[in-house]
Amino acid sequence: MDFNDTKEEAKFRNEVNAWLSANAEKKEHAKDIYRPAEMSEDSESGESSALKDAKAWQAKKYDSGWACLHWPKDYGGRDAAPMERVIWGQEESKFKVPGGFFEIGQGMAGPVLMLYASEEQKKRYLPPMAKGEEIWCQLFSEPGAGSDLAGIKTKAELDGDTWTINGQKVWTSGAHYSDYGIIVTRSDFSAPKHKGLTYFFLDMKSPGVEVRPIKQITGGANFNEVYFTDVKIPDSQRLGEVGDGWKVSLTTLMNERLAVGDASGVDFQEIFELAKDQDFNGDTAISNGAVREKLADWYCEQSGLKYTKMRNISALSQGSTPGPEASITKIVSANKLQDIANYGMDLMDNASIARDEETAIFQGSLLGAPLIRIAGGTDEVLKNIIAEQVLGMPQDVRVDKNVPFNEIPTGSKN
Amino acid sequence: MNFNFSEDQLLMKEEVKKLLDKENSVKRNRNVLEGEDKFDKELWNQLVQMGLTATTIPEEYGGIGMGFLELCVIAEELGRGIAPVPFSSSVYLATTAILNSSNEEIKKEFLPKLAAGEIIGTFAHSEKTTFPNESGINVNFKSGKISGKKVAVPDGDIANFALVTAKSDKNQIGLYLVDLSSNGVEINSLDTFDPSRSHADIVFENVEARALNNDAWSDIEKLLDQSAVLFAFEQVGGAEAAMNQAKDYAMGRYAFGRAIASFQAIKHKVADMYISLQLARSNCYYGAWALSNDAPELPTAAATARVSATKAFYECSKENIQTHGGMGATWEFDCHLFYRRARLLSSNIGSQGIWKDKLITSLEKSNSPT
Repeated sequence: MDFNDTKEEAKFRNEVNAWLSANAEKKEHAKDIYRPAEMSEDSESGESSALKDAKAWQAKKYDSGWACLHWPKDYGGRDAAPMERVIWGQEESKFKVPGGFFEIGQGMAGPVLMLYASEEQKKRYLPPMAKGEEIWCQLFSEPGAGSDLAGIKTKAELDGDTWTINGQKVWTSGAHYSDYGIIVTRSDFSAPKHKGLTYFFLDMKSPGVEVRPIKQITGGANFNEVYFTDVKIPDSQRLGEVGDGWKVSLTTLMNERLAVGDASGVDFQEIFELAKDQDFNGDTAISNGAVREKLADWYCEQSGLKYTKMRNISALSQGSTPGPEASITKIVSANKLQDIANYGMDLMDNASIARDEETAIFQGSLLGAPLIRIAGGTDEVLKNIIAEQVLGMPQDVRVDKNVPFNEIPTGSKN
Repeated sequence: MNFNFSEDQLLMKEEVKKLLDKENSVKRNRNVLEGEDKFDKELWNQLVQMGLTATTIPEEYGGIGMGFLELCVIAEELGRGIAPVPFSSSVYLATTAILNSSNEEIKKEFLPKLAAGEIIGTFAHSEKTTFPNESGINVNFKSGKISGKKVAVPDGDIANFALVTAKSDKNQIGLYLVDLSSNGVEINSLDTFDPSRSHADIVFENVEARALNNDAWSDIEKLLDQSAVLFAFEQVGGAEAAMNQAKDYAMGRYAFGRAIASFQAIKHKVADMYISLQLARSNCYYGAWALSNDAPELPTAAATARVSATKAFYECSKENIQTHGGMGATWEFDCHLFYRRARLLSSNIGSQGIWKDKLITSLEKSNSPT
């Protein structure tokens, strides 16, 4: 039992490090993050300068063969082994580099294109996706279909070689800066729910696509509503068979679960440091037994997640398939984030009310946590997945199975 | 990297599991719980024959010279089978304490017998209702003899010898070996919460004792950290067994016209068990790494494994009863055997509060806890 690299892994890690050291600035502290040089007060231009920087960094990686490592070389990747991809991620996280715009494309759209697009399309779309030149979004959830994704109602009608799309999507991350999107639609309303879906990719600049930002409880707007009014998609951009959209969606969702990892924000380190500094009944908070118990619980969760990840990486290093253990990651980290943020504000007492440099990260985490518990599979959906797919327990009784979609009762106005 | 047990270790784990399944270890737990025996001698002899008591003892002392990693996988299986044997006292604690010491004479005399299962040892530490810190040891050692009382000593009425913590006339806490058949030893078996494992109060009155180390507090802390990892593996094994019982029962039990395993209320309960179990297991692996490498991270890793494994076994064993409904709370069903064992293991070597405090203390000592 060890954490050591194999000879080949160590060699690869050195190679990665040499390139990163020559092209990026190393972090002084693990928590350092990249900040755009010229981020202005205006949040909109802040995002666009961040995007510009992220594109530049991604292109630099691409030009040297360090983008989408596990993809085939023909599509802009490196044909790297899974463990090499892990090593790249571990090393890159030690450098102050921009990121955060390409995950949906590279993590979810890319794998679906690889499975379902034509060779010509793969050659056309995958390399710019890897390079960060073209950004992709995922158009799945609707106002009436979140956890019950197969309940979507965005309509697709075929006339000749062209589909016409009408409807509304919601919670689309990054739709406002995306060039392309993957979308699942309903092409047959009289077929049972899971049978009448069809999957496409489309140009987000198509006429009839309207993107409206959603202001979240954090005050930020990372998500959008996307409206489709008579939007045309050529049949050549269909992924999978007509009516097979659910099967194609599952590929995307499987990749989504892999892509959604730890929740960012306050973690054990922040609450530990706070407890050491904070006064509590005339002493430091950390000298209080109740505080120590809380801290110990969170440390155990953080450590448990860290070594669960290590067990998975170890499986990759040994050439076997990682087990299902990592399915616990998002539930545990999102709830931990919320509870640590809340407890931190408890420890800060009255001082937690005002927003300042010290309180901001706790306040932000407390407001951000609810969305993380919902995005990419709610706590409840993820527990169903653990019970059904990991432990083999049976599905719930389904009243909507084998019923034509247009006969399924709905309380939604949509 | 290889953050897993080796194939040989996993094979050994499987062999231990097979033996405990074949011998119906859970049924044997019930027999001891309901009967007069203090432990299952037959099962103990089988474990000895398999060489498990000799696992960590070097060949020069009659052992088989394997390491703590092998002991971790054995512990997990003993936990899964809630085995009614004095393994934790004799192997995790007494054997490890002697292996840690530099007293050659005691090593030569005791290790071969421990390896061969000819004798059983235990660790006598607590004196009051709380788990002791350094100032909580009042049993005293004076001119080769110890006097005082130790309470709720695991296997105190089974063991041939005990390693007793005692305060010397120099006000140091030492670790002393006492033959429990000596004159002046009074052993009172206790009526306990989990009678599948025997406990006794022991009074020492001027009893001859041999020093492993006269100034042993840091040795004692280390011994507790080492055994905490092993106890944690035992707890993980028990937790996984309880989770699987809950799942299996829910799949077979029908209500409202369907398996109760199809209800989200039950699925989410079992998923929660799985979550606490995986966190504990991953922390245990890290504990195993620290234990087998004698790493400076051991105090943190051991406390982390111990705290999360204690939590996991409690959660899995109590929700297992809940999943079974009324039948889960009957004497006849096995659920309570796991519930009792979970609680007992939580109390052996110090409870949650103690280990959470140890964990934060060790993090305060290290500069970079994460």
